[in-house]
Amino acid sequence: MNKNKKLTKSKEIGIFLVLLAMILVFSILSPQFLKVNNFFNITKQIATLGICSVGFTFVLITGGIDLSLGYQISLINIICATLMTKAGVHWGLAILISMLVGTLIGCINGIIITKTGVAPLIVTLSMMQILNGLSYLLSKGLPMFGFPKAFSVLGQGSIFSIPISLIFLVVIIVIGVFILNKTYYGRYFYAIGSNEEAAELSGVNTGKVRILVYGLCGFFTSIGAILLLSRLNSAQSATGAGFEFDVLTACVLGGVSSNGGKGTLLGALIGVLIVGVLDNGLLLLNVSEYFKLVIKGLILLVAVVYDTMSRKNSEKIKRMKAINVENA
Amino acid sequence: MNESTILKLKHISKLYPGVTALDDLNIDFIQGEVHAIVGENGAGKSTMIKTISGATWPTQGTIEINGNTYHSMTPALSRQNGIAVIYQEFTLIPVLSAAENIFMGEFIMNGMVLDKKAMNKKSAELFERLNVKIDPEMQVADLTTGYQQIVEIAKAVAKDAKLLIMDEPSAPLTTTEVEAMFKIVDKLKADGVTIIYISHRMEEIFRLSDRVSVLRDGKYITTVNTKDTSKDELIRLMVGRELTETYPRRKEKATKTSLSIKNLSGNGVKNVSFDVKRGEILGLAGLIGAGRTELMQLLFGYEKIEDGEIILNGKSIRPKNCIEAIEAGIALVPEDRKRQGLVLEMSIRENSSMPKLKKISKMSVINPEKEKTLADEYMKSLKIKAPGINQKAKNLSGGNQQKVVLAKWLAMDPEVLVFDEPTRGIDVGAKQEIYKIMNDLADEGKILIMISSDMEELLGVSDRIVILCKGRVTGIIEDRNDFSQESILAKSAGGI
Repeated sequence: MNKNKKLTKSKEIGIFLVLLAMILVFSILSPQFLKVNNFFNITKQIATLGICSVGFTFVLITGGIDLSLGYQISLINIICATLMTKAGVHWGLAILISMLVGTLIGCINGIIITKTGVAPLIVTLSMMQILNGLSYLLSKGLPMFGFPKAFSVLGQGSIFSIPISLIFLVVIIVIGVFILNKTYYGRYFYAIGSNEEAAELSGVNTGKVRILVYGLCGFFTSIGAILLLSRLNSAQSATGAGFEFDVLTACVLGGVSSNGGKGTLLGALIGVLIVGVLDNGLLLLNVSEYFKLVIKGLILLVAVVYDTMSRKNSEKIKRMKAINVENA
Repeated sequence: MNESTILKLKHISKLYPGVTALDDLNIDFIQGEVHAIVGENGAGKSTMIKTISGATWPTQGTIEINGNTYHSMTPALSRQNGIAVIYQEFTLIPVLSAAENIFMGEFIMNGMVLDKKAMNKKSAELFERLNVKIDPEMQVADLTTGYQQIVEIAKAVAKDAKLLIMDEPSAPLTTTEVEAMFKIVDKLKADGVTIIYISHRMEEIFRLSDRVSVLRDGKYITTVNTKDTSKDELIRLMVGRELTETYPRRKEKATKTSLSIKNLSGNGVKNVSFDVKRGEILGLAGLIGAGRTELMQLLFGYEKIEDGEIILNGKSIRPKNCIEAIEAGIALVPEDRKRQGLVLEMSIRENSSMPKLKKISKMSVINPEKEKTLADEYMKSLKIKAPGINQKAKNLSGGNQQKVVLAKWLAMDPEVLVFDEPTRGIDVGAKQEIYKIMNDLADEGKILIMISSDMEELLGVSDRIVILCKGRVTGIIEDRNDFSQESILAKSAGGI
């Protein structure tokens, strides 16, 4: 594991430098950027992205993907809002029920993928549409608001001027790192993503672990969703749409391979920060929403291409070495 | 018969890193003959075919055909020279018709549109030439294997093949289909096509061929006229080598039966029964595709058992998955250690602890000291050569990789260890170390089953040998004194 860490450390140092460069550029271009207030703004904005990225990183490491993440957020928001405003449920209980539902959706994804063998891309794509429809049905297409004041504190409040959402983010990341690096589940995630057949032949219950990883993703996503709901103070079916691509961008930027078996949460975190800083910086510079989309798309493309090319390159080097031995 | 040579291989060698697949092959093929090629697994037959068809290129040597000399072939070049190969895995597209498959890549066009009528007509003519009745418009998926093979042959004939190479053509066929295939070979020969026929089945060699060439360990041994030779002589030529390797011997002879396989069927295995004694190494012999790996997959729970039972230490077990098999005390060192035995991206430590990970964890948290102790222990006892337990498995040599696979199973203290081609691709020194480890395990009272295609290894290491052919047991040799290369080979090919 140490050598593994060393190699990825070089990748992480690379993207960390990219982050620093971006911070530098934006601080020069915008006087508002380097203010403490802005920093806390950024963390509030990326809290949801960061928390969702933890679960998503787990899924990516196993070689899977969850495209239903965005609409999971929408649906969880609407369920939570409905419970609080229409069913008269206490917001604490509403949160717990919503988290349960989120975890359940994740498990369903995992069960379908495991039992049918259909590619995660297709399964979660279908689930995305189902959740989309359900969100609209439940909310009847109308935004919901009027949540208790205490609920809003989660996403908007601070303790000793540190945003509560930041505290949540840090706690979730610590939990995530613990699961990935210290438990045998984390080890199994890497094994399945790297060589599922060998893992299976070594006694790993790949089906169970898969269901678990998607369930965990759903669990973390629901937490991110609730924080977002608390910050925006309104639930709409369109809220989460496309969010999975932001999460994917952040993770891939952070060195989590879309092929599975590689990547760390530290890298994912740096990727999240890059996306967050980029969003914030472009906003301060009054760049149009649509131009922002183009830039983010380009960044994702560059990140994925780099990921694939560097892997192809190392395989090519190995093949060249083998041929040289042959001709020697 | 026209005595002109159609194809000449001169000083053909093919070297891979660490392995010599072909060693200075010199072989001539006469135009219009049916020329059989025989040899054990690994003799070099497949490599020779690939060299002729252009699927691979020789490290040395030349190929002479049609008056041209080539240093290597490409698939296009070989086709231009009238060479076609019928492989065991057909290259047909099941959803298309017979005619469409025959003209694949060289469709007859009517302007911009496919001329289906012309293709169907030409296909019908081809089938007539081969004396068979097949509807050219029929979907290939709906044809029996025998007829599919005929479509494959028709495809070659359509491309005007002058030299047809058939690789184990009778392997997928039923007895009646084999007869039909023989008639086609006769017809092709009458039409002047030269045929190179690779087979293990002596009856076919004597039925069809004019001459037979023998390959052994990548070397060309000799060519004989079929009518001047006998089955015994061919087998003797195929195996006739001096046994040079020495193998460590066991201290005591095993006596107590601990593992019984009774009428086991499934995954291509048919009604297999044999016993294995505690403290012995049972060799499993047979040709590729005989069902040995498939049988062990049943034992390990990787594939479904359809019928029969497995009795281990008096208890009947039927593992539904690998986890159950491991719990019952079975371990499998697989054939392909890179794809099935190890997670190459992970370290020696992580690989060797994988099956035992849950047991060395508390509340799902891995105990790093226990893991390190485990890895260190086996690194030392198995003499794994690496800078440390954190070295990635992909950076190890074949022998050391195999030792890591062994380490992970030894950590589980299994009752039964199955080795599928344990020393394939491993250097001589490491081979000896692995034999010693296997021997020590047997002396400890474990049950070892070894699948091997290496005759010397089989004869040197096994206490008893079971031979499989086409999913069935064709022979069990109980006594080491009765081991003979000839009888094992004969039984592997299906003879009794």
